[in-house]
Amino acid sequence: MEKFATHTGVAAALKRSAVDTDQIIPAVYLKRVTKTGFEDALFANWRQDPDFVLNQPAFAGASILVAGADFGTGSSREHAVWALRDFGFQVVLSPKFADIFRGNAGKQGLVTGVIGEDDLEAIWAAIDAQPGIEMTVDLHERTAVLGELRVAFDIDDYTRWRLLEGLDDIGLTLRNEDKIAQFEARREAWRPRTLPVR
Amino acid sequence: MSTTISDRPRTLAEKVWDDHLVVKGENGEPDLIYIDLHLVHEVTSPQAFDGLRAEGRPVRRLDLTIATEDHNTPTLDIDKPIADLTSRTQIETLRRNAAEFDVRLHSLGDKEQGIVHVVGPQLGLTMPGITVVCGDSHTSTHGAFGAMAFGIGTSEVEHVLATQTLPLKPFKTMAITVEGELKPGVTAKDIILAIIAKIGANGGQGYVLEFRGSAIRSLSMEGRMTMCNMSIEAGARAGMIAPDETTFAYVKDKPHAPQGQDWDDAVAYWRTLPSDEGAVYDAEVFLDAAELEPFVTWGTNPGQGVSLSDVVPDPASFADPNERAAAERALQYMDLRAGTPLKEVPVDAVFMGSCTNSRIEDLRAFASVIEGRQKADNIRVMVVPGSARVRLEAEAEGLDKVFTAFGAEWRFAGCSMCLGMNPDQLAPGERCASTSNRNFEGRQGKGGRTHLVSPLVAAATAVLGRLASPSDLPAVEKVGA
Ligand code: SF4
Repeated sequence: MEKFATHTGVAAALKRSAVDTDQIIPAVYLKRVTKTGFEDALFANWRQDPDFVLNQPAFAGASILVAGADFGTGSSREHAVWALRDFGFQVVLSPKFADIFRGNAGKQGLVTGVIGEDDLEAIWAAIDAQPGIEMTVDLHERTAVLGELRVAFDIDDYTRWRLLEGLDDIGLTLRNEDKIAQFEARREAWRPRTLPVR
Repeated sequence: MSTTISDRPRTLAEKVWDDHLVVKGENGEPDLIYIDLHLVHEVTSPQAFDGLRAEGRPVRRLDLTIATEDHNTPTLDIDKPIADLTSRTQIETLRRNAAEFDVRLHSLGDKEQGIVHVVGPQLGLTMPGITVVCGDSHTSTHGAFGAMAFGIGTSEVEHVLATQTLPLKPFKTMAITVEGELKPGVTAKDIILAIIAKIGANGGQGYVLEFRGSAIRSLSMEGRMTMCNMSIEAGARAGMIAPDETTFAYVKDKPHAPQGQDWDDAVAYWRTLPSDEGAVYDAEVFLDAAELEPFVTWGTNPGQGVSLSDVVPDPASFADPNERAAAERALQYMDLRAGTPLKEVPVDAVFMGSCTNSRIEDLRAFASVIEGRQKADNIRVMVVPGSARVRLEAEAEGLDKVFTAFGAEWRFAGCSMCLGMNPDQLAPGERCASTSNRNFEGRQGKGGRTHLVSPLVAAATAVLGRLASPSDLPAVEKVGA
């Protein structure tokens, strides 16, 4: 997982609240056997509408999603985060996230910043005024800047630290690799081994 | 080391946990636990391997990892391509991943292929005092050896592949003591079904169950595996049984069992594992083995079971409104009427298999009841060995002849009709006496109705075409006797 410090990219306004994981990625895509390559699945139903925000040329390549409250509710599928990430999103800002979605996002390197309702309206207005405008998200400062607008967002200290360090769960465990190696060195000889094949 | 193991009496589960502590979690953080054996199958591994690939990580311990194909495999025409596209993709993906990452894989057609929870023990990889994980809830099976064994999710599969460890919070412990002697015809399956009916399908939530007492010690390893297998149906994380001479005898001389000095060291350690006198459990349950009878489920969760000689319960008899509503729904789905004697319930199919009951001892038990008899008309009977090796063993003993003479289908190894993921499925509305572990709606195929039973009950049911136990059968007239 890459370290996250600051990111600048096109911000897209998803003017809906309670966007559930079934909307983010419909269940039919869960049959796949990969953890990557879900860009086509993101908001698959909505994207059939030519007017959907991500179908607008101004938002091609958007990497910051600014959505209404209660983003990521519904089933706990990790695929929702994969789809956002694969499409190119690095940050989602919303007044409120579903807990499980937030947890999954933090583990996969997707920043979820909580913003105030007033700030949400202000950002949406700024995007409407200038579609395709870029936003700069600073995780150290916990701020999002677009044009004249400067907004503070919340993210818990632990998740922020992991994102700044680029640590997924495995990376976190591997910080103890010396202890794992020490443990392995004193493992008894009788313990099972699948190799060599007898 | 920061870990100090105190002298206070410990349970079996605590001992195994303590001996796998890589890092003790501070301030409410989870402990980092070492995993001795990682079993892999095609359903829950694809994304885990893909995650490794995306991050450029290798499998840390190929020598502690083994994969087999089971859930999607057909049990007929196993040399032909798999027809269902999703199934085929999962299997082919596992094959590609195993080749790319160098993981030992037993594919369809291989003599060690089979249900992952049958393969581990028969290879001698499952042994006392180890930690075992697999992306499959019935990993609890391996606890029969006195191992700490539990199912994990796909992201945890990736975690174990990459680090051979898992961050975990300690589980609570529940002692389930079964004392006394079982009546003839009462088996491990009946004990565990009775336990689940007693504590409820969520009664074990958050616990590691430790089965103990004289009735448990008298069980074979196969019987113990049946019990631990279904711990998960009580909602538990794992089930465990302290290792003893029965355990050692089973493991000894298996292909991967320790040898020579290693064997002696291992047994010496294994003898220290049983819970200490005075060890404290978070909860305790007692059962009298002598009171148990052959058991059968009537509903759509494994806790909805009664003695086979009982009647279908009346939902009104449940005090808890949720249970009453669940019972009403279940009876409707199962098309059963309250008050009907279970022994009068006719079946369309009998499934003898699954990781609960598909080991050689289970097949022998089934064969012992049906030998010299004919299956009932108008029902189908499928006998599916848990692994290719069990199939070979059964054929060497001539059991296959007993099955086919009876009119049963003798299949290749796999999960088969335990779940509707491969071609072996119930048709909508079909009723099945099944030796598997789950009776959820649609588990054995859309609209299928499942009664969970022991191999002995399955066999008697196959003879009479209605739910029955061996004691209901007329004596066989032996030719020439
Ligand atoms: S036999 Fe059934 S319970 Fe066992 S692993 Fe296969 S599908 Fe799961």
